[in-house]
Amino acid sequence: MSFFFEVLLGGLLAGVMYSLIAIGFVLIYKASGVFNFAQGSMVLFAALTFVSLLERSVPFWGAFVFTLLIMLVLAWAIERFVLRQLVNRPPITLFMATLGLSYIIEGLAQAVWGAQVHGLDLGVSDEPFELGGMLLSQFDLFAAAVAGTLVVLLSLLFNKTRTGIALRAVADDQLAALAVGIRLHRLWLIVWAVAGVVGLVAGLLWGARLGVQFSLSLIVLKALPVLIIGGFTSIGGAIVGGLIIGASEKLAEVFIGPIIGGGIENWFPYVLAMLFLLVRPAGLFGERAIERV
Amino acid sequence: MSTELSNVPILQLQSIEVVYEKVILAVKDVSLSVAANSIVALLGANGAGKSTTLKAISGLAAAQRGEVVRGRVLYQGDDITQANPAALVQGGLVQVLEGRHCFAHLGVEENLITGALIKRPTASVLKQQLERIYHYFPRLKKLRKNLAGYASGGEQQMVAIGRALMAEPKLVLLDEPSMGLAPLVVEEIFDIIGNLNQQQGVSFLLAEQNASIALKYAHHGYVIENGRVAAHGTTQELKARSDLQALYLGI
Ligand SMILES: Nc1ncnc2c1ncn2[C@@H]1O[C@H](COP(=O)(O)OP(=O)(O)OP(=O)(O)O)[C@@H](O)[C@H]1O
Ligand SMILES: [Mg+2]
Repeated sequence: MSFFFEVLLGGLLAGVMYSLIAIGFVLIYKASGVFNFAQGSMVLFAALTFVSLLERSVPFWGAFVFTLLIMLVLAWAIERFVLRQLVNRPPITLFMATLGLSYIIEGLAQAVWGAQVHGLDLGVSDEPFELGGMLLSQFDLFAAAVAGTLVVLLSLLFNKTRTGIALRAVADDQLAALAVGIRLHRLWLIVWAVAGVVGLVAGLLWGARLGVQFSLSLIVLKALPVLIIGGFTSIGGAIVGGLIIGASEKLAEVFIGPIIGGGIENWFPYVLAMLFLLVRPAGLFGERAIERV
Repeated sequence: MSTELSNVPILQLQSIEVVYEKVILAVKDVSLSVAANSIVALLGANGAGKSTTLKAISGLAAAQRGEVVRGRVLYQGDDITQANPAALVQGGLVQVLEGRHCFAHLGVEENLITGALIKRPTASVLKQQLERIYHYFPRLKKLRKNLAGYASGGEQQMVAIGRALMAEPKLVLLDEPSMGLAPLVVEEIFDIIGNLNQQQGVSFLLAEQNASIALKYAHHGYVIENGRVAAHGTTQELKARSDLQALYLGI
């Protein structure tokens, strides 16, 4: 039984890392109705910039702040040169634009920093330690704590600040938001910047785990099932979705895997997501239209 | 100086023509004028071009791929034909959209707050503003914590108007406030509009299909037919015109 909990807990902690990726999508989707395919490239771009600065012996926090600034500039450029040109276009146009953007960002990152694989050491060891008879990864615990802090900060931003009210207003009704004088461009800039920061944090954690390399941008594919389960519009949903995926894929791997020959971990989340699509298309926490009776 | 200023109409449209998507001609030729501190009714059948006229003034037409291709819009004497909505709200010109458009997933009070954001009020000024709105719409105070999406139609209309008032406007463009509401609620809302006009000097340009209630509160009226002004005058004059009554006014 303790083995079961060990697997479960390990899975939940790993799931937090998926949540982190999914949150980046939710932020932008909520504020502009765009599925930002470029989120993965932003993660790669941030991690690559950070690790390259470290390798050029920039100190840790210096590199962090500098990368943060770069992400803000990136957000500004995207708003100015892509989004602003595509105002009032159908969502599919914007989606295609983010698809193109993802290649540009990836190309840019590799043109500047090169295409080799970098190791990233955040100074947190990945050694397991024991807690109540269970072996847990120290790094997973650290990652979960960082992600948790980020989520708390984001929910404060959304629920306690004026910017948060404006962001939620835009998510609800863009025309009405314009009518009360909310400046859409400014808000889009803010969300893309915040998504960039989330991308940076995700990039550092994932980069430390997998190495900083091209395939880092493919973690968007891991975020899809999380979003389908949690819903595209809810940060809480992204968290719960990530936890469900993390826990269930590990449990499936360990307990069902041996029966059918292993390798389940890679496709199980997608099967789970498809089941959810059949039962609950809006996701667990997806916003349904409020209907009065 | 002040007498001069008060002679300038707060709003003037000079032969505006509005086109959606470069091809759909929605407003062909509308000229009108709103005197400061007055209520002007914009009447007309479905599709006459009332909403388009209002959105052309507030700058919201652009957000729906609409464009003023001819004519000018003057606000307090300044040309605002190409101005963006945020700048106009800042300057005291706010539109209340047809169909209310409350932020359904925000609380009633949060909805009101969105209306004041552009002014960047301090916390205490924001509180005063809210109290002012609750003074005019006491019902909203009880609902302040509720999600606006669950408020009744009349309450949502109050939220929409209250939200616009939070920016301390001089001119409110009000699009069909009576839409889908019971007669008693319509009376209640128009009473408040009348009070706001008299007590706070807010001007209103209000589009309505319900001509009888609109003409009861307005000082002037314009009748729009097929994107053109078909008739205008003081409310007495319009009410007296028997040719209009059957056609548009339904009185
Ligand atoms: N966003 C839009 N895109 C294209 N055409 C539009 C758009 N909005 C309105 N129209 C067209 O412009 C014309 C005028 O519409 P408008 O909404 O201004 O009329 P209205 O007088 O407000 O009508 P109602 O009383 O039904 O609200 C109509 O023919 C309508 O189909
Ligand atoms: Mg209309």
